[in-house]
Amino acid sequence: MEKKRSSYTNYKPEDISGVKLSEEKYSVIGKSVPKIDGRVKVTGQAKYTGDLKFPNMLVGKILTSPHAHARILSIDTSEAEKLPGVKAVITHKDVPSLKYGISPARWDENIFCIDKVRFVGDKVAAVAAVDEDTVYKALKLIKVEYEVLPAVFDVYEAMKEGAPLVHDEYPRNLNAEIHQNFGDVEKAFAEAYYVRTDRFVGNRAYQAPMEPHSAISIWENGKLTVYCSTQSPHYFQYYIAREFGMKMGDVRVLKTFIGGGFGGKLEPTGLEFAGAVIAKMTGRPVRMFYDRADMFAHNRGRHRVHMEITTGVDKNGKILGVHANFIQDGGAYTSLGIATAYYAGAMLPLTYDFENFKFDMLRVYTNLPACGAQRGHGAPQPRYAFESHLDRIAEHLGIDPVELRLRNARKPNTVTPNDFGVQSCELTACIEKAREISGWNEKKGKLPKGRGIGVAVGSFVSGAGYPIYRTDLPHSSAIIKVGEDGTSATLYTGANDIGQGSDTILCQMAAEAMGFTYENMKIVAADTETTPLDFGAYSSRQTLMSGAAVKQAGEEVKAQILEMASVMMEVDVGDLDCREAVVFCKSNPEIRKSFGEVARTFFVQKGPLVGRGVYSPPKLGGKFKGAAVGTSPAYSFATQISEVEIDEETGEIDVKEVWDVHDCGQVINPSLLHAQVHGALYMGMGETVWEEVVFDDKGKILNPNLGEYRLPTALDMPKISSELVESYEPLGPWGVKEVGEGATIPTMGCYNNAIYDATGVQVNSLPLSYEKVWRALKEKREKEKNKEE
Amino acid sequence: MQAITDNNGVKRYLITLNVNGDSYSRVVKANTTLANFLREELDLTGTKKGCELGDCGSCTVLLDDKPVDSCLVLAVEADGRHITTIEGLAQHEKLDKLQESFVNNAAVQCGYCTPGMIMSAKALLNRNPHPSEQEVREAIAGNLCRCTGYVNIVKAVLAAADEQ
Ligand code: FES
Ligand code: FES
Repeated sequence: MEKKRSSYTNYKPEDISGVKLSEEKYSVIGKSVPKIDGRVKVTGQAKYTGDLKFPNMLVGKILTSPHAHARILSIDTSEAEKLPGVKAVITHKDVPSLKYGISPARWDENIFCIDKVRFVGDKVAAVAAVDEDTVYKALKLIKVEYEVLPAVFDVYEAMKEGAPLVHDEYPRNLNAEIHQNFGDVEKAFAEAYYVRTDRFVGNRAYQAPMEPHSAISIWENGKLTVYCSTQSPHYFQYYIAREFGMKMGDVRVLKTFIGGGFGGKLEPTGLEFAGAVIAKMTGRPVRMFYDRADMFAHNRGRHRVHMEITTGVDKNGKILGVHANFIQDGGAYTSLGIATAYYAGAMLPLTYDFENFKFDMLRVYTNLPACGAQRGHGAPQPRYAFESHLDRIAEHLGIDPVELRLRNARKPNTVTPNDFGVQSCELTACIEKAREISGWNEKKGKLPKGRGIGVAVGSFVSGAGYPIYRTDLPHSSAIIKVGEDGTSATLYTGANDIGQGSDTILCQMAAEAMGFTYENMKIVAADTETTPLDFGAYSSRQTLMSGAAVKQAGEEVKAQILEMASVMMEVDVGDLDCREAVVFCKSNPEIRKSFGEVARTFFVQKGPLVGRGVYSPPKLGGKFKGAAVGTSPAYSFATQISEVEIDEETGEIDVKEVWDVHDCGQVINPSLLHAQVHGALYMGMGETVWEEVVFDDKGKILNPNLGEYRLPTALDMPKISSELVESYEPLGPWGVKEVGEGATIPTMGCYNNAIYDATGVQVNSLPLSYEKVWRALKEKREKEKNKEE
Repeated sequence: MQAITDNNGVKRYLITLNVNGDSYSRVVKANTTLANFLREELDLTGTKKGCELGDCGSCTVLLDDKPVDSCLVLAVEADGRHITTIEGLAQHEKLDKLQESFVNNAAVQCGYCTPGMIMSAKALLNRNPHPSEQEVREAIAGNLCRCTGYVNIVKAVLAAADEQ
């Protein structure tokens, strides 16, 4: 049979006799291969949503509220509609009134406000026209009559009896209330040698991805296609279908390239909803977009948390119990904020080993833009508070801060008081290595005046243990299709590369599992129609979860290749292996065939060679309310040490160097991994020193632009040393864990501790701006002077 | 500059720009920015827009060899001048040294800042082939990147300079 067929082809298998197989354990993973999309990005060929053009496409924009809290009395769109070139003007009357959101327990947003607006920037109407100039003109012609209502901008004011209500259904503006109690904190405090309480306040930071959001909606035959700047096509598909009462199969969501997200592109915006309605009305594709100021108004950035932390320790600094008492400013809507509120407490007991933990949290509505999930979701500000607070404890006890952390560091194979199972955990090794490479012992207490060194640790999930909405769907899946002549393979995955490099590392993983080469991998990703389900890019989930599905798909391909080869080569399948696209006998590696030849024969005889993989996390977590948030198959651990120099005259903070040591399991691509650390640390540094969204007394953002919302520039960045410790996670494919968010978490606390070390003053609110440091120093000088007098 | 006035009384100007070595003539409004001209008229979408206020540098192009934020330059101001965009750097299949170096040094994450970043770096290397690290940082200080912390970008520019 085979012979007969071969007479119809002039196929010649490639000569692989000379190929030298590497002797390393892995041939593709663990290597710093260049990014799969590097070339299209450096040549300018990569098209982001806003770069796409479709025939007859309209452009559209949303009209937002100028008031923080106001009743809508009337909306008159007639003048706008008359403007030549305007094709649609829509308000709440033209769209479903079903409330949406992303936290299922609290769907509280409408596509357009119906009775009242709740913050400056709330959605009121939308316009689509033939060009941007016309859109801007038309927006000005929409007349909205408002009755301005009293507004609340402060959480303490908002909780007072009789305060204006942002949502009538939520008395005292309490959006969520959490009370968790593990062990017996009161008893722990009673038995403690030293109990201390400190208070801190966070800042409102914004993700500020460089690519502004846009969404292109197209209706065809009752089916909707949306190209958008999304971190999760699946969640967008689910929520868009729900809003319009459509079948999920009639909604396709996909992305091309995404210019960063950091949590800011995780939930559908008015752009997707309004665009879908306009596209249907006009029968034309429509591109809806945010400009930079709209992005700040849509926000969903870091919550500002008011934090009170009490800790009891024994004589040796061993933590006996912790009480975290927080209030979080949520802004006008829930967004992902319920999860944020839980994360704020849930992540605290991960890094240090203590039994007794009490967590109280109020998430409060205010008439400000909604906050959501920003890199490190809920964890960074509480971590800043806790790490700063621990340094005060260390000081009181006369224990070195590094030593105090070593005494309390979590160990592998332990369970936290809130029921998170931890397998791999090399926090001790991280702390020790950071101490060593930073020269801590030579520096601590010995630096010249104005210089200081500080330490902090952190930890984060490698993927949320539960989906955002309730579903039994698996979290990740993947398909690998080998080309008919076996010289290339394509990975299909719903996983979403928003810049972090998942397309690259998933292709490395696919090639490794198949016994193939990275250079011949292709990828189709993050398209609800052509790729199998994956929940997308959030909670640092893709390397572990998407990776697990990809590994399984690759292994399925390999198994079929080896079986086919066993027939072709007349060798027992148990004696065969395949790597770097060469199938060989383990007993005699010189007996070989090319992957391509075997795959081609497979295709000729059996049809497409396909591997499939799927991943769901094991059942995780405890039974108490909110137990799901913070669960994960695995946790990363990190230690950061920073050295700063403070100008006592100006308060200026000059960060000399930062050392980050990570336990992120096995590494698939070292250079991309360290790049994640650089970027996460950069974001953490921005939030620590400069970044803050500020408002006037009417709730209007004063700095909705990249000039006044101050992102660090290349001149601001210190020297960064990113190092790893040996670690292997048993529940991750090839032992992997997360890295992308973990490195944001310790930065604020680590800087604060270094500033204290340099100056003896502690700034208890973020950002730790030059001005605040300067004021604190001034206060200290005055106090000292008064004492002398 | 030749101008015509449309029925609504809006004036439009005939401009001719040399972009990446080729000459293009178009009729534009007075307020058309160079960034929009490149993106809309010539479909050169490698030039990105991150703010349209001159804050982010995503739209950096070379105007007669000097880096400019093309969102702050009017298309009419560029009449008769030479523009280089990111699409003009690679020679056929061969990438520019900087482009290659960005790929090899993992200096690209989401890639949105990348074209602007490379153009600023290009301008630097054109006038100063062997910059110090500080000079590189100064040259790209007007280009914001939210992904990389600039670590590998600085490395990539220095590596490209070394190779020259
Ligand atoms: S778009 Fe031109 S500087 Fe930001
Ligand atoms: S790579 Fe994303 S903004 Fe620079």
